[in-house]
Amino acid sequence: MAQPFRLSRGGRIDRTRPIVFAFNGKPVHGFAGDTVASALLANGIHLVGRSFKYHRPRGILSHGPDEPSALLSVDRGPGRIDPNNRASVVEARSGLRTTSQNHWPSLEFDVGAVNDLLSPVFVAGFYYKTFMWPRKFWDKVYEPFIRAAAGLGKAPTVADPDRYANRHAHCDVLVVGAGPAGLAAALAAARTGKRVILADEGAEPGGSLLHDTTSQIDGRPAADWLAETLAELDARENVILLPRTTAFGYYNHNHVAMTERVTDHLTSAAGQAPRERLWQVRAEQVVLAGGAHERPLVFADNDRPGILLAESVRVFLNRYGVAPGRRLVFATCGASAYQAALDARAAGLDVTLVDLRLEADCGPELAQLRSAGAEVLTGHTVIGSKGRKRVTGLVVAPVGSDGRCGGRRLLACDCVGMSGGWTPAVHLFSQSRGKLRYDDAIDAFVPNISAQAERSAGAARGTYDLAACVNEGFSAGAAAAGSDERQEVRATPTLTGFQPVRIMPTDANPTKVRAFVDYQNDVTAKDIKLAVREGFQSIEHVKRYTTTGMATDQGKTSNMNALGIVAGQLDKALPAVGTTTFRPPYTPVTFGALVGPARHALFDPIRTTPIHEWAEAHGALFENVALWRRAWYFPKAGEDLHAAVARECKAVREGVGIFDASTLGKIEIVGRDAAEFMNRLYINPWTKLAPGRCRYGLMLKEDGYILDDGVVARVSDECFHVTTTTGGAARVLAHMEDYLQTEWPELEVFLTSTTEQWAVIALQGPKARDVIAPLVDGIDLSPEAFPHMAMRSGTICGVPTRLFRVSFTGELGFEINVPSDHARAVWEAVFAAGRAHGITPYGTETMHVLRAEKGYIIVGQETDGTVTPDDVGMAGMIPKAKGDFVGKRSLARPDVVASGRKQLVGLMTDDPKLVLDEGAQIVADTGQPIPMRMLGHVTSSYWSANCGRSIALALVEGGRERAGGHLHVTTPDGFTRVTVCEPVFFDTKGERINA
Amino acid sequence: MLETRYRAARALPLATLPRPAASGASVSVRPAGAESRFSLRARLGGGAPTLAGLPLDAPINTVGTDGEVWIARLGPDEWLVGGPEADADLLQGRIHEALAGLPHALVDVSHRNVGIDVSGRQAAAVFNAGCPLDLSETAFPPGSATRTLLGKAEIVLIRAAAAPLYRVECWRSFSTYVHGFLNEAVFGAEGAVAP
Repeated sequence: MAQPFRLSRGGRIDRTRPIVFAFNGKPVHGFAGDTVASALLANGIHLVGRSFKYHRPRGILSHGPDEPSALLSVDRGPGRIDPNNRASVVEARSGLRTTSQNHWPSLEFDVGAVNDLLSPVFVAGFYYKTFMWPRKFWDKVYEPFIRAAAGLGKAPTVADPDRYANRHAHCDVLVVGAGPAGLAAALAAARTGKRVILADEGAEPGGSLLHDTTSQIDGRPAADWLAETLAELDARENVILLPRTTAFGYYNHNHVAMTERVTDHLTSAAGQAPRERLWQVRAEQVVLAGGAHERPLVFADNDRPGILLAESVRVFLNRYGVAPGRRLVFATCGASAYQAALDARAAGLDVTLVDLRLEADCGPELAQLRSAGAEVLTGHTVIGSKGRKRVTGLVVAPVGSDGRCGGRRLLACDCVGMSGGWTPAVHLFSQSRGKLRYDDAIDAFVPNISAQAERSAGAARGTYDLAACVNEGFSAGAAAAGSDERQEVRATPTLTGFQPVRIMPTDANPTKVRAFVDYQNDVTAKDIKLAVREGFQSIEHVKRYTTTGMATDQGKTSNMNALGIVAGQLDKALPAVGTTTFRPPYTPVTFGALVGPARHALFDPIRTTPIHEWAEAHGALFENVALWRRAWYFPKAGEDLHAAVARECKAVREGVGIFDASTLGKIEIVGRDAAEFMNRLYINPWTKLAPGRCRYGLMLKEDGYILDDGVVARVSDECFHVTTTTGGAARVLAHMEDYLQTEWPELEVFLTSTTEQWAVIALQGPKARDVIAPLVDGIDLSPEAFPHMAMRSGTICGVPTRLFRVSFTGELGFEINVPSDHARAVWEAVFAAGRAHGITPYGTETMHVLRAEKGYIIVGQETDGTVTPDDVGMAGMIPKAKGDFVGKRSLARPDVVASGRKQLVGLMTDDPKLVLDEGAQIVADTGQPIPMRMLGHVTSSYWSANCGRSIALALVEGGRERAGGHLHVTTPDGFTRVTVCEPVFFDTKGERINA
Repeated sequence: MLETRYRAARALPLATLPRPAASGASVSVRPAGAESRFSLRARLGGGAPTLAGLPLDAPINTVGTDGEVWIARLGPDEWLVGGPEADADLLQGRIHEALAGLPHALVDVSHRNVGIDVSGRQAAAVFNAGCPLDLSETAFPPGSATRTLLGKAEIVLIRAAAAPLYRVECWRSFSTYVHGFLNEAVFGAEGAVAP
């Protein structure tokens, strides 16, 4: 229970609720309200990881989302492990198991640390320089080696058991960040009655107010203002307050994506609640109040565990009641670190402050800190640090106006708080495509020209004074809500102002100094200078060459330092070097949050027919056709696909088969001009088609190529029942509506999709009539009264039906259309009646074989968007005298009427047992040199049990003229010879269909 | 007689689900029973008859109801009409009568569509798991109806009355997805459990 570095009082932790979690297998004690970082520090644990490249010991740098070093693997239970969690933002709770990363065999002793000794080798651009030669080593040696060494942390190995939710939301004002500015903005907006969402990534809203123990607002402690503001926001129904919610992406039209961490912080099992919720907010107006990030100082060995950002030291002291050390040295070039030093003094700690600024350049903070009993060394630089796994001292020296360093002095310490000034968090603003402006006075880029309806307030736009933040936030919130309300609070002045520094002056040999700029990617100031010397001038190039700012922290702590060094080397003004582009996400986002509920059955809609469960129960295997799942074949015990399909094919031609054709697209076309509309869309004539009769229709696109096909029945003079292919249903309806609405609005026609109103039971085979005869009422089924290609209305099993006499098999056949909710009952009744006739259920594979035996095309198989009616031998369907129809003009194009187009033919292999590959290429002569002239390809190929041999359809150049000739088709081993024939293999005279 | 028999035998797609109705503390998802529905397409021209309390020329995306029959205007020439299963023929006759003389098409889509009712305080939040529309009281008040998306499925969302009761209409083969999506959304919307 000992937490030797826990202060005896203070902080927002709940000391009545102790917690314990594991770090590298050892228990770590803390309190509710701790982060993993604060609990580790309370126990004096600073060494928490090894760096990415050099495996250097690393500690906790920050208290917030900008943490680059303290990346832990967090295990929340079985299947709930993920790597690279920032210890500074993971809420500590009992039951967590955390482990450090990137070391072997242990954190304390890491073999990989040899990289640190080899660091002269691993300079910027190391990969590009080292792995160039010999070229052939790349695939076998270099790439595998780099892959093994790359990456940080271990990916989870089992499926994520958690639930992730998605939520679309709309509001008038979205406020990002609940610090002083964001809270004031939300308050102002909420008071207008507008809908407000306030999101903050922290566990508790408040931002800097959560660790500001000294400031007063309007004469009262800042904490009181925070509590009152939260209470008012909470009481308002028009406000949604979202803690633990990170706005990570700012997209077009004020679409802001945010992740809410719903249950990770809860000890008890999360139950059914989601782990995270992705919020997709569409906001009228956005107020960005995301605060600022503190910059580290760049000096030798500035990455030792125990060296923190100054403000983070203050946060650990004030918010978590933790002393990150007992002897603290603050190193700074600005005023804000003095506040941290003052708070450390107030906590009774030993404090020294080193300020690069000269005495005369400092403000009132200097006297304030000295009077608090701390030693302050102004005009001093930091030369380097001592220690290995924990800082033991800081080497400082006075620095003259000429930049020369005086005598060194070692300041013994166990913790350093450094501050190189502040960088406004402009990430979301930049993502919104807003233009930044460099503000010389604060050495930072700040929001300038907005591209969307947003505004920034507080530290996010470079305003650091507390009262100014609150007042600016209030104005911004009011303005966002369309009000000009203002508020003028007074507050304790914030210690602000700093002198920017890129690299701390040093008397050491600069080529030996390892001063880290990007902690996460292990990039030093030396690397950046080298990149510039090697000719990289654009910051975008320097970034990619050195990898600075390219880690998952997106350079939150490093970008301005890197930019400053590049500008310095090039002797250019900082804005002339520019800044890199910020891209979503602001901080790492779990894949789960992005995937949301779209997993398993909810990944995609799986469309099934009313017969689906029956088919499942009868052993069907299924195939995907668009979003539909269709019965593929019905194997009996011991049958493979081949055997089952052969049996099903024979059964249809010799007896009767039953097939679920419900997925066919159906469109009801109704209106006075229905026939005229049909005439214009199809190549076929429709005017004279009598009610009760059917016709096979073929539809083209404007380019004259086949779009879709299907049987159409004329229900009445003004009503057609159109069928389309399964996959083409939506496309055809859209095509029709498009023409109706934009080209022929004068036609009085209405289109309605009835695909799912009607289930379709296809009954095919010589005994089909015998099966349904006893079930049908009100329809004369005799061949004379009900010929092929006719449609009758009546009832079957008492259910109203549109009974089609049509065939996609070449056999006598019916397609029984019944309302979907009755289809299962009718199917079962037909199946029962068919038992006496040996009825056999068959699937799509058999359907394909049977139609190929008859040479019936399938759109999308025999056609590929470049096939005309004549190419598939259907030009005869177009009446000579027919008026205009979609695609007609294109059929007269020179390339369409030219000879030598690919035409549909049948192919028969010399070896009747050989089934060709679909897609196989066809040549005339195998003796020709490569590349050979290819004449076409196989479009369909099957074993035909009914023909006792293989059959194939193909598109071949000038195919019809080649009938009887020989061609050669590619096989996996070479070529095989085929004979070209008519594309009909069974019942070539077509007599069976009229039985 | 025959007609009565087959209507009684309608096998609704969500009736066979192991868990047909999900409910949380503040929301419930319940598949609707058998109903009759018609897709009505018409050119109003000058006249605009009234059906079930809704003048057909009411603004697009509004719905009217007389308690039994509802009619939602989904587009300039498109309405979706719903009513009790038993009154299908009657309803059809009523509509044809009201529209006599106007060019129109009335197509029975009773079996194409599947209805799911979602009610309770969190109902809008449940839809917003997959529907990007603003469903607040001002943006989607009682009397609203629209064609929209829920996740990857197209739906018609209908809010006929003031109660937080919404009707989803989707196509039959999408109903298991839509129902599954809504059930999942109940868990997603109910939020965190107590610590």
